[in-house]
Formats: sequence, C-alpha cells, structure tokens
Amino acid sequence: MKSFSYERARTPAEAAASALRRPDAKFIAGGTNLLDLMKLEIETPAHLVDVNGLALDKIEATPEGGLRIGALVRNTDLAADSRIRRDYGVLSRALLAGASGQLRNKATTAGNLLQRTRCPYFYDTNQPCNKRRPGSGCSAIGGFSRQHAVIGASEACIATHPSDMAVAMRALDVTVEAVRPDGTTRNIPIADFHRLPGDTPHIETTLQPGELITAVTLPKPVGGTHVYRKVRDRASYAFALVSVAAIVQRDGSGRVALGGVAHKPWRVEAADAELPRGARAVATKLLANARPTRDNAFKLALAERTIGAALTEAKG
Amino acid sequence: MQGPSDFEVSRRKLLLGTAASVAFGATPFAHAQTPAVPAQADVADTVSMSKVSFNVNGSLREIALDTRTTLLDALREHLHLTGSKKGCDHGQCGACTVIVGGRRINSCLTLAVMHQGDSITTIEGLGTPENMHPMQAAFVKHDGFQCGYCTPGQICSAVAVLDEIKAGIPSHVSADLNAPLQLTNAELRERMSGNICRCGAYSNIAEAISEVAGRPA
Repeated sequence: MKSFSYERARTPAEAAASALRRPDAKFIAGGTNLLDLMKLEIETPAHLVDVNGLALDKIEATPEGGLRIGALVRNTDLAADSRIRRDYGVLSRALLAGASGQLRNKATTAGNLLQRTRCPYFYDTNQPCNKRRPGSGCSAIGGFSRQHAVIGASEACIATHPSDMAVAMRALDVTVEAVRPDGTTRNIPIADFHRLPGDTPHIETTLQPGELITAVTLPKPVGGTHVYRKVRDRASYAFALVSVAAIVQRDGSGRVALGGVAHKPWRVEAADAELPRGARAVATKLLANARPTRDNAFKLALAERTIGAALTEAKG
Repeated sequence: MQGPSDFEVSRRKLLLGTAASVAFGATPFAHAQTPAVPAQADVADTVSMSKVSFNVNGSLREIALDTRTTLLDALREHLHLTGSKKGCDHGQCGACTVIVGGRRINSCLTLAVMHQGDSITTIEGLGTPENMHPMQAAFVKHDGFQCGYCTPGQICSAVAVLDEIKAGIPSHVSADLNAPLQLTNAELRERMSGNICRCGAYSNIAEAISEVAGRPA
C-alpha cells in the first residue's frame, strides 16, 4: 500500500473542500472496497479524508412522505430499518443479498453506490485495463468474460457495476444528494448518477471533483410487492451473475431493474410497461440492444428466466 | 490470559520464515507480486504516522502507527494479540473477524486510525483457556474446527450473529422481512457465510452455534 496522510473531516463541506484541494485525495467511510483496492495499489490516494465523524448516519422522514438516508448509514442498519422493511422491501432484500454480515456492518450507503467493478482484469495489475490505466486497453474483451456486461458496454470496457443495493435504488428512483466544495448541495436522480463506460470507463459517476454524497432520498412508498432475485455461483456471499429488482402492483404493472448485466443498474422505463405481458416481453425490451460475448451470452436467457421467477414470486 | 510459550514463539517465527520463502519464489499469481512491505525508499520518503487510542478487551491502548496499518495488523503486530488471524487480508475469508462497538467486522479491511475511541473485542477478550466463553466451549465440545486457523474469526462472528438475531436484523434467507425471525440452521449458515473454513468443519460449527443459541441444529 502506498503511504498516505490522513485527516478526520468535521463537516461535509470541509471534507469536500479538502478533497478538492488535493486531487490525490479520497474520502474513506466504511473502507471495505477502497482499502482492498489500496492494498493491491489499484487505488493509490496520497491523502485520505475520513468522513465517518460527519453525523450522516440517520434515516429521517421527508416532507414528501419518503425517507432521507444519510450517506453513512451502514448497510446492516438500512436493511434492518423497520420503515425500509415495510415500505421498501426490495431495498432491504437487495442489501441482504450482498456481501457478508461483517462487510454489511461496515459498508455505507454512499460507499455501496461508489463500489468499483470486480472485473478480474481490473484487479490484475499486470493486465491492461482502461478503467485502471486509461488508454492501456481492455483485457476482458477477448478474454474470459463470463461475468461481464451484455449491454451498454463499449470498445473500451465491458465491466459491470457490482452493487445489489443500487439495483433496488434504481427501481425505487432514489435521488442522490451531494455537497460541493463551496458548501452548496445538488440532487442527482439515480438514473443519471452512474455513467456508461464509453471511452472514459475510469469516470464512473457524474460526481464532480471534491463532491461528497451526503444522503440518498427515497420517494414516498409506491406500494406493490417487492422482490429482489439474485443468481450467483454460490448460495451466499458472491456477486450477481444476474439480479432482478421488481416492484409489482396488483394490476400487474410495476417496475423492474437488472443487476450484473451492465456498467450501471439497468432499467429501461419502456420495459416496465411490458410487465403485464410477462418476462419475455420485459426482457426483450430491457435487453433490446444487448451485445454479449461468447462467454456471457447465457445472461440473456438467465435474465429472462430470473425476471420470470421474480414475477412468479411477486404473484405469491 | 496465558503468556506465549517458547514453542508458540518459535512456531510463529518458523511460519513467518516459510511465508517469506514462498513470497520470493516464482509465483504466477498477480496478488503475490504486490510487495507485502513497501520498498525501503518509500518508507524513508513518505511514511505518515498517526496516533490512535482505543479500548481493546477492556484496556485502553494508545499507539502511534503508520497510517497504513490495518486494525488487524495493529492488534497482531503492535498489541501482540495474535488470536485474530490474517487469512486472505481482503475481507473474503473472515479469519480476522473482531467485534467493534458490539458489531463484527473484518479487521483487515479497516484502518486502525479510523477506530479512535472504539471498543474492540478480540477472541482473547471473549474468554481464556481457564474460563471460556460459552461459544468457545461449544466449539471445543462439537469439534467445530480442524486446523483451527479460522476458529477465532468463526467464534467472534458466531457471538455477534446471535446478537444480530436478538436485535431482529433479518438475513437473505429470512422468509418474511416483517415477521419475527426463526432461528433455523439455514439462518445460521447464511449469517456465517463470511467465515470460510477450508477444513470444512461447517456442520460442527453450526451445531456449536445452535447449542449456544438454545436450539437443536
């Protein structure tokens, strides 16, 4: 691990200003992903701004009838919150499907959104990777690509976003609240928060330099039956090959988002309209422009079947 | 707590020697090529130190550390509490599990300097050979281990799992998010999935935890 200086931030704006002053700085909250990457020298910050003391660990009701989740709320606490379990079950289920008990106790809401890909070529510092070293090439293209993206990828990168939580948040249409270094705040719809790789796969979100996530806001509950279905190589503690976040209403309408298939949680609003017509119709719309590799073409059929399983589960 | 015997000290040195010779051998794994310790010039030029104080197993400890030091390395190398083990050092195996503020975490994936003022319980703080924690006693009784390397992490995790169930925290296998939790074998196994046992003592581990939880496995 490269050496770094360390400070404990006292306010969100101070943390953001501190990070802007030093382009080689990183925020650290749970640290479960960042420290892993620092040990491998994939991340090499020269300065760490510890944001754990910022009192962003509350889940509060909003005037609109939703919930404002502080950036530092731990995954365990978010999944276990009685309001989340009752009104946003898909979020609770997605969180519980991810990582291990130890990691969920430490990992934060904002950190989960900012997780980096688990592409094995991103992790292997001996291999070219446009995400790790821009311009060096993509080893996954033409490599072993079973886990990789089937849609929204580019010639520069076919990595997937690893989060389960973010898939449920995409289905729930959350808003990400961030503070800028000058102390002003802005709200970013989750649909616009993560980027597709394009020719800059190293830029993964629309956050600007120094910007710090302070909260994630859930709109008022939409009702319906909430299902999160995850298919992976082990029964527990593994990343998704394909996952489905579905919210289904009594009349068969609803929303669906996919994980494990793209560089961001994948939702196509036009596919939601197909829900009453069943899994095949939904999958066809969701994955209309899919371009799988030989290794991961199975994800197209798996996605359709997993949507089908989720819809069956939703019907009870 | 028992002091380390001469045998244990020499065993550790032997293991360290073996690990070093493996690291310098030709290995195809990329991870092994990441130097375990930074190059000398690196240390001389840029090492950044920080002080931290926290409570470990009931005693206040204050240490000055290289900021890079993980909580696991602080416990093992600075405070000589070698019960917590370094398995993968990447949060995948759970051998380093300790309880911080009543919650289990991977001590390898957190910096010691991030734990100012925290209360940390390691396997050494749960019980002693003469006065074992009920979970330690149950692991012995049910043979919940073979080589024993993952055991301190398994036990710390298991103690915290029962607290999580008491606190009503649901899991991936809980059938109903809004109903009281059922303490089933499937629940225990799911909740313990962050602790890998390469010897495969899982069924005995589940029996040990079940006994402490007060239900048949």
